[in-house]
Amino acid sequence: MSKRSNEPFLWMLFSTGGVVAAMLIPVHLFLFGLAFPLGLLDGPSYQGLLALLRHPFARLYLFVLCSLPLFHWAHRFRYTLYDGLQIKHLNELINAFCYGGAILGTVLAAYLLWTT
Amino acid sequence: MPGSAQYSPKTFRTRVSTYWWLGRWPYLKFILRELSSVFVAWFVVIALLEIRALRNGPTAYVEFQERLRSPILVAVNVVALLFVIFHAATWFNLTPKAMPLRLGGKRVPSLFIVAPSYLVWLAISVTVAWIVLRG
Repeated sequence: MSKRSNEPFLWMLFSTGGVVAAMLIPVHLFLFGLAFPLGLLDGPSYQGLLALLRHPFARLYLFVLCSLPLFHWAHRFRYTLYDGLQIKHLNELINAFCYGGAILGTVLAAYLLWTT
Repeated sequence: MPGSAQYSPKTFRTRVSTYWWLGRWPYLKFILRELSSVFVAWFVVIALLEIRALRNGPTAYVEFQERLRSPILVAVNVVALLFVIFHAATWFNLTPKAMPLRLGGKRVPSLFIVAPSYLVWLAISVTVAWIVLRG
């Protein structure tokens, strides 16, 4: 009896997360990580940003933006550790750390987004 | 792969250095691409902290902006931005290899898959910036 593998499902999360990360993270990181705090661009006001965040579509959008890239990270980082450092023997620990981290981040994102 | 162990000879194993990827550019590029995921996760951490700051009120938000101005965070965010752009570029460039498209029995040239990805990327980035800056 062969055990059914989770790998295709995890790979799907990895690749969807990869697309979301590629398409959306550069612009978000540039705006919110550098341009607004450094004053390179005139960012939205606190009230404006809060109103934007409270829009149902924005909550859903930000949830996807936070969750899927984390699963992308989990899958890829797992293999980075396998291949780059050749620590296959720590398999289970690494899996727990990576996917556990992604699940934790997802729960945290849902909580923060729907209680704001 | 538990199954492969019984077929591979146990008597001979070439040793691979832990730093095998430092020798050649394609290998290093591979590892850099793999490492980009760390900066993807970093972005999510920053995003969650920003949402939390917004949630905690105007003072918390201003303090968070202040913290983002610290030289260390600016440096990390610049590096992270380079890595996520690298991720995007390598991702788009690999799409035709990961998912080859065929039309009428012929493989669609890579450029016709890669170029639209960049255009969509540009369009999405401009739209996001427009929505945020308008608000």
